[in-house]
Amino acid sequence: MGTRAMTRLSSSFAKGRPTFVAFITAGDGDTAANLDALVEGGADVIELGMPFTDPMADGPAIQAANLRSLGAGTTTADVFAIAAAFRQRHPQVPLVLMGYANPMVRRGPEWFAAECARAGVDGVICVDIPPEEDDALGPALRAEGIAPIRLATPTTDARRLPKVLEGSSGFLYYVSVAGITGLQQAATASIAEAVARLKAATDLPVAVGFGVRTPEQAAAIAAHADGVVVGSALVELVGKHGSHAPAHLRELTAALAQAVHGAHQPA
Amino acid sequence: MNQTTPNSFRTMPDERGHFGDYGGRYVAETLMPLVLDLEREYRAAQADPAFQAQFDDLLEHYVGRPSPLYFAERLTEALRVGSPEGRGAQVWFKRDELNHTGAHKINNCIGQILLAMRMGKTRIIAETGAGQHGVATATVCARFGLPCVIYMGATDVARQQPNVFRMKLLGAEVIPVTSGAATLKDAMNEGLRDWVANVHDTFYIIGTAAGPHPYPELVRDFQSVIGKEARAQMLARIGRLPDLLVAAIGGGSNALGLFHPFLDDPEVKMLGVEAAGYGLDGDQHAASLLGGFPGVLHGNRTYLLQNEDGQITEGHSISAGLDYPGIGPEHAWLKDMGRVEYTAITDQEALDAFQLLCRTEGIIPALEPSHAIAAVAKRAKEMDRDRIILANLCGRGDKDIFTVAEHLGVQM
Ligand SMILES: Cc1ncc(COP(=O)(O)O)c(C=O)c1O
Repeated sequence: MGTRAMTRLSSSFAKGRPTFVAFITAGDGDTAANLDALVEGGADVIELGMPFTDPMADGPAIQAANLRSLGAGTTTADVFAIAAAFRQRHPQVPLVLMGYANPMVRRGPEWFAAECARAGVDGVICVDIPPEEDDALGPALRAEGIAPIRLATPTTDARRLPKVLEGSSGFLYYVSVAGITGLQQAATASIAEAVARLKAATDLPVAVGFGVRTPEQAAAIAAHADGVVVGSALVELVGKHGSHAPAHLRELTAALAQAVHGAHQPA
Repeated sequence: MNQTTPNSFRTMPDERGHFGDYGGRYVAETLMPLVLDLEREYRAAQADPAFQAQFDDLLEHYVGRPSPLYFAERLTEALRVGSPEGRGAQVWFKRDELNHTGAHKINNCIGQILLAMRMGKTRIIAETGAGQHGVATATVCARFGLPCVIYMGATDVARQQPNVFRMKLLGAEVIPVTSGAATLKDAMNEGLRDWVANVHDTFYIIGTAAGPHPYPELVRDFQSVIGKEARAQMLARIGRLPDLLVAAIGGGSNALGLFHPFLDDPEVKMLGVEAAGYGLDGDQHAASLLGGFPGVLHGNRTYLLQNEDGQITEGHSISAGLDYPGIGPEHAWLKDMGRVEYTAITDQEALDAFQLLCRTEGIIPALEPSHAIAAVAKRAKEMDRDRIILANLCGRGDKDIFTVAEHLGVQM
């Protein structure tokens, strides 16, 4: 089942060094050029945000990116076209869609999963479908071999964790702070402890995101995790530089990727 | 739809918080443990006679319940003029506009703040559209000495200044929300953002029978005092149940509060009234059930105003309290089951009904129940004179006089 997609994701986490995951919002600026810049800068995994009118879990930077994208008329078909074209240009780079339930289930979960498969999407992160509502999307994704990537948070206690892990694949996304994207930053020590707890419970790679902005922070986290996700800091560059964003994205991605790849992992 | 009729309409939701295909707990993982905690605490409160006693005591002595059941004699007569021979049902009102703070919203706020305190939460947040739920929340926070933050769309802040000032007088912090379209749904997004960042100490008092389970259930339960009283009052006054219940629907809490205790009385018909704004044929309305499609927003699966890509669209209603693109999931289920009928009333029809009630009964209604009154006026003319309509007069119109003046071309 879904071996190609699974292989792309798992092999990117099996390079013997931490993985750098870069997020931008689809349809915000010249997304193809921006995505190419992320790959050129050294991103291992691409997380492509599906724009939504009501991004409840996002801070100001990604909210603004959602509105810019929708304001430019981005449709769900456009998001899949962006993903499919990316897959043509970069056959080996894993691409994960991140977004909210309503645009994903609007035409039915089977339709969405089939489109993901056709576009070469490897995994899906849906912010507002917790394991309790897995039926809304999970079975359809699994049937198409698309990884449902779940989130664990500081409030996910030991009692709940098995439920979160059950049926999730690709990697586990640890949300480092109880909060929205882009603003606060968690202490490295608390992240290290949480990641250790998660890794004791699963064989899935654990990537850490929310509030990571600088190469220094990324390196500190990468010393303890299998991957680091940066979103708001990249999205802000798109908002600020518009059509000149690719050069800036390449530069920041290179610094972040280098910091992550070179992070010292305790044995 | 093709579901079979259940033995009872009053056993929902199921243990996962689903009302048939609707409801559920579509929240970010950060909130999930909290939502589960809330459910546990609510079950404990339901089983605790002390909780119920404190709730009842506050409703009686602080809110002013029971609210009167009132036969609107002159409105009934006015509607008979021009009705076909023998038609013109008797119109009765459940007078929840006489509650402290002027609407039904306070019933729910009393229940939720008691739950918040049981859970040891020390900070309260809420969203508000018209400001009625914000005022009711600020009121109970003042009453119990808890800090209160109210999120309100910047557009609504501008058009509901008196309620903004009321909230501030009551000690609440009112945060204007400029994201999105700066109305109720954006205020709700911002409330959810605050909540995920402050889960340890904060309780979110949701203002209608929507959101993640168990909110739709507990809001309905707290508001059901309306229907329980009305049912007993009707039996005491005239020895029978009404033929038709009517209530306005924003998120659906006052309607469920009235309907729920009657759901298993098959002889009682029910009519929920959505806001048709400028008309259902365009997109300037707030009728999620009649003009929307099922989807997922703000923690629950329900009917939503949305486009073909699942992007939420902005509705319109003259009434800020009905101007929301979703609806509580229990209504979505009741619609599909056919137990409740739903209709919609335009801005203009609501304005006309507003003035009709002022002049026939000496009651200035809020614009929300004015939608219900407009629907009552239509139905009463089609029903025999011995039939009884009971409508929920869920709010008073003090907050709306500026809006109404503007529409009537009056300078204040
Ligand atoms: C007086 C009044 N009625 C009705 C509503 C709509 O809410 P619901 O449908 O939950 O009763 C509001 C909301 O602000 C209101 O203030």
